Amino acid sequence: MSEPHFRRDGTWVGASVPRREDPRLLAGRGRFVDDISLPGMLHAQFVRSTVAHGGVTSVDLSEVREVPGVVAAFSAADLDLGDITALLDRPPHEFVPTDMPVLARDRVRFVGEPVAIVVAQDPYAAEDGVEAAVVEYEELPPVVSDTAALAEGAPLVHAEAHANTLVDVSLFATEGIDDVFAQADCVVRVRTKTGRQNALPLETRGVVADWDDRDEQLRVQTTTQVPHQVRTVLARCVGLREQQVRVTVPDMGGGFGQKCVVGREEIATAAVALRLRRPVKWIEDRRDALTAAFLAREQRYDVRAAFDAEGHILGLDADVVCDMGAYSCYPFTAGIEPLMASAEMPSVYKVPAYRVRGRAVTTNKAPTGPYRGVSRPQYVMVVERLMERAARELGIDPVEVRRRNLITVFPYTGINGITYDPGSYRESLDLCEHVLRDEGWYDVRAEQGRVIGIGYACFSERTGYGSGAFAQRRMQVVPGFDISEVRMDTSGSLVVTTGTLSHGQSHETTMAQIVADRLGVDLSRVKIVQGDTDRVTYGFGSFASRSITIGGSAAAAASVKLGDQLREIAAHLLGVDVDATELDGAGGVRVRDDHGRRLSYEDIADVAYLRAHLLPKGVGPGLSATASFDVGGDGTFSNATHGVVVELDPGTGGVEILRYVCVEDCGVAIHPQVVEGQCRGGIAQGIAGALFEQVTYDDAGQPQSPSFMEYKVPTAAEIPDVEIHHLETPCAFTANGAKGAGEGGTIGAPAAVLNAVNDALRATGVELDDTPIARETVHAALNGQPALEDARA
Amino acid sequence: MKPAAFTYHRARTVAGAVGLLTEFGDDAKVVAGGQSLVAMMNFRLARPEHLVDISRIPGLDTITRDGPALRLGALVTHHTVETADLGADFRVLSEAMRWVGHLPIRTRGTVAGSLAHADATAEWCLLAVLLDAEVVAEGPAGRRAIPAAEFFHGVFTTALEPDEVIVEVVFPRPARRAALTEFAERRGDFAIVAAAVDLDAYRVVLGGVAPVPLRVPAAEAVIAGGGSPSEAGEAATAAIEVRDEPGVSARYRRALTRTLVVRACEEAAARV
Amino acid sequence: MPDMSRVQLVELTVNGERHELAIEPRRTLVDVLRHDLGLTGTHVGCEHGICGACTVLVDGAPVRGCLVFAVQVEGGEIRTVESLAAPDGSLSDLQQAFSAHHALQCGFCTPGFLMLAEGYLAERPEATKEEIREVVASNLCRCTGYQTIVEAIDDCAGRRRAALQARLDAGRSA
Repeated sequence: MSEPHFRRDGTWVGASVPRREDPRLLAGRGRFVDDISLPGMLHAQFVRSTVAHGGVTSVDLSEVREVPGVVAAFSAADLDLGDITALLDRPPHEFVPTDMPVLARDRVRFVGEPVAIVVAQDPYAAEDGVEAAVVEYEELPPVVSDTAALAEGAPLVHAEAHANTLVDVSLFATEGIDDVFAQADCVVRVRTKTGRQNALPLETRGVVADWDDRDEQLRVQTTTQVPHQVRTVLARCVGLREQQVRVTVPDMGGGFGQKCVVGREEIATAAVALRLRRPVKWIEDRRDALTAAFLAREQRYDVRAAFDAEGHILGLDADVVCDMGAYSCYPFTAGIEPLMASAEMPSVYKVPAYRVRGRAVTTNKAPTGPYRGVSRPQYVMVVERLMERAARELGIDPVEVRRRNLITVFPYTGINGITYDPGSYRESLDLCEHVLRDEGWYDVRAEQGRVIGIGYACFSERTGYGSGAFAQRRMQVVPGFDISEVRMDTSGSLVVTTGTLSHGQSHETTMAQIVADRLGVDLSRVKIVQGDTDRVTYGFGSFASRSITIGGSAAAAASVKLGDQLREIAAHLLGVDVDATELDGAGGVRVRDDHGRRLSYEDIADVAYLRAHLLPKGVGPGLSATASFDVGGDGTFSNATHGVVVELDPGTGGVEILRYVCVEDCGVAIHPQVVEGQCRGGIAQGIAGALFEQVTYDDAGQPQSPSFMEYKVPTAAEIPDVEIHHLETPCAFTANGAKGAGEGGTIGAPAAVLNAVNDALRATGVELDDTPIARETVHAALNGQPALEDARA
Repeated sequence: MKPAAFTYHRARTVAGAVGLLTEFGDDAKVVAGGQSLVAMMNFRLARPEHLVDISRIPGLDTITRDGPALRLGALVTHHTVETADLGADFRVLSEAMRWVGHLPIRTRGTVAGSLAHADATAEWCLLAVLLDAEVVAEGPAGRRAIPAAEFFHGVFTTALEPDEVIVEVVFPRPARRAALTEFAERRGDFAIVAAAVDLDAYRVVLGGVAPVPLRVPAAEAVIAGGGSPSEAGEAATAAIEVRDEPGVSARYRRALTRTLVVRACEEAAARV
Repeated sequence: MPDMSRVQLVELTVNGERHELAIEPRRTLVDVLRHDLGLTGTHVGCEHGICGACTVLVDGAPVRGCLVFAVQVEGGEIRTVESLAAPDGSLSDLQQAFSAHHALQCGFCTPGFLMLAEGYLAERPEATKEEIREVVASNLCRCTGYQTIVEAIDDCAGRRRAALQARLDAGRSA
């Protein structure tokens, strides 16, 4: 139906070729973890804490073992596993390490925490078994909010974490910033609380593990974005050498960050498979996914911004508190959100003075991990609210205020010490506003009898965090580089390994495009291998929009090296100097000045493998090249402006998005259709955070959103069509000039939606800063009613 | 989220179903479409020992016009009603179906199942009260017709005895100028508040403001007296007793009530 | 082992093939399709009827496979995503439209959307784009933002209508 569309003559990069993942996924022939069935496989389910905070006084599994179909049941004492402990290299006053046991031992810290594992003949019997467990708790007072956690005399979630604070960092404090604020023409302030969210991959987490006697390996097929991290932790927890653990990743139904940390359940399941020497599968059910999986995004900001009378920002003074729940996630730690917010809050603006304090507090709620955008959806929302508020105070158009503050000269080194590579910050804003004006939305906004608002968000998305950038976080595990191997077989076909790992992002297609161009072969001759700790040298996986920037660059570098090998052999066989040869773009090497003299890759491979005696002196047999890539500086920044038109319903407080325009710049798009897919999907998740989704708890710490009835993932009826415009500022140091594109949609949407809602409320004098925006609050604002107490709770 | 074990019984006749229910009493549960029950069973919030499947009983899936009345067999699905041509007399029923979940729910879910489940915001519950429907149930002692006004006893509880099966729902009179409308944040969700009005019969029924679908005589009197939609909305709002609940304050629920009664009145009035 | 006292014999017709199964009646249709019949194309996303990843056709109508016990649909004609492609593996027009419009990313929800659309378009081939959007709202997708799913189904419906019209025109002129 759709022919490949080539942007540039003869290149794969830039063409929206049919995705190579599609045929199997469309035919129902993908292989997701729950599709795997091994002979004799057992099914695991977990006994989980029913109390938010308490001592575990007894775990009695004797009745469980009597349930028909149940094969075994284990508590923490039965398994004796090491803990999962994520560390930062920071002093004790900045970071308090906490251990996360695989199964709770003497203490439980959130409802849903795994206490015991039950394995049975089928998943139904496993649940019957779980019901039969008798666990007794000595309940302790729970800590269920960041404010409660920080209150004087609050109960301690971890005895070692005073004031329930796991991370407390003040990364920046410009000298004289207090004077800046004291002398400024205008100081605006935003205090906001953002709702706890679930990244919510539609495929829940799951694992199949079995011990293989022939390979002497614990084989773990699991839904992870970080297979090598799982290998390391699992090997440590069960006491195996890493070579005795093989982690592979089947097709994966989304991750969005939730699967980029090591889960306790996958470790426990694998440990039981090792113990029983039988395959064991665990598939998280949706209730557990909504209550006990890694969550994200519950943050409180109190931020002031100083402006001069012309609307130039003079300073930013921020206090950020992130409610990280019960434990630090591995490998990122509870620092992931406060460190991201602290480092990057100045955003796309020229901020001359900056002070920030970022804290992670621990509470008796399910722990948090990374979620698409990590803190950026929140601080961008805050900064964009500050821009709007300053515009209002100063009587300047809010788009104009942004224009006066946007970074326009690159590279730009900010007050936060980060150097921003070239982007189109100003151009994207101008185009976005232009589109909305051209379409007449400002006239619609002025119509009598309708309540309509227009909102914008300008932002950047740091992608391709290299080792240097991550080292500044001071994690003990510093992700950054990626290693790729490109191997040619005797038929001239290519197998490419990458340490990144697609779970919806189409790497089987896009990575192959990059390699196919470098070596001048048809896409069909490139096979991508990912998500396998035995076959991939090492990899940090896919997160932080790193795959194309870093993984793609590594694959390109390895391809170039292999091309050099091919030329060296070909030159020898053709009897010319290697410098006189070039890849011919059609699966061969030719003499540059005499295109008729050519050897195909098959010819070269034939010699490299089957007639090695013909190889040039000093060249070993085989055709493979390995290269690594790291980003030395501060990464590369994609950027975008989102423009949103909303209409409010004074009768219900309903919020409808009438128009959504996204102007984005991720450098050179390897596959434009895939980039647009990332934008649209990201925007849908951002809208979800702004208007719909929230994980809630009652005062006892009991989850109040255990199903999709309460956790309101929006549908096609709520998510609008998105018009996307592309700008292209190529990155100077990645292969193809690509920048990452995975998170931007999610980052910009909450700010743009919130600004549009507030613009629609402009006649009311009410400003809403919390998300998700409660329809009730909108209704109250439109009807002149005072805000409700609980609206800010 | 796997249901607890149960024994499955497929009833071939209504009498057979009643016999099974008589035998197993409170340990049994009737399933037809199962669109509420199976979800509750998956959560193990419902765990019947015996499941009596009535969905194969012949003759319970017909829609028939009977003089002024419309008779809906117990097993008629929401989707059947949605796509049936019921004429102007009962168009309100077809149009209300778009509020029931989503298409794949409507293809399985049944009229009687919805009534027996008795969620106070469910469309069929509101419609039954609005249009003075009679719920015909069969038990060991034979059939009886239960007026909708007496059918709903409380949250998820009805006048049905444990050994009774709904066989038919009778809507006795046409409702040409009637409408149902709702508000929820997300399409297909249970309403926060739902309102249904019948301008010819002077009826106003609300969902989401009481444990059962609630008739509001004060608002009905406004309509009977020729008052405006907004007056009806005000009267309904003044008449209900609601409390603050997590996520929905009493004030907001009242405001939604006002808005939805007004909108239902306007929608109904537009149908001539 | 399942509790044998509860096991029942159930006969199911799936994608035109008859199967006899001895299963516990508590097994949901989607679990039976996936784990007893090995048809793993249909996925499980929530087990309470909201996400629609398990949508299959029962007697032509889209149904939540998690909200039906397999025993309840004995004798019905069940169709799953595995039935869409031709026996030689070539994709149907609907599947091709999904690929052309990039209506899938991770692909986990995709079989549910395909069967939803397959059932809906069979009943209502004249569906407008807005009607299609309403029906697409039945299922959840976390990757695409839905727009391309709506466009793919609308495109497929349009092509089918055009093809039908062409056949009618050809019939008239013949």
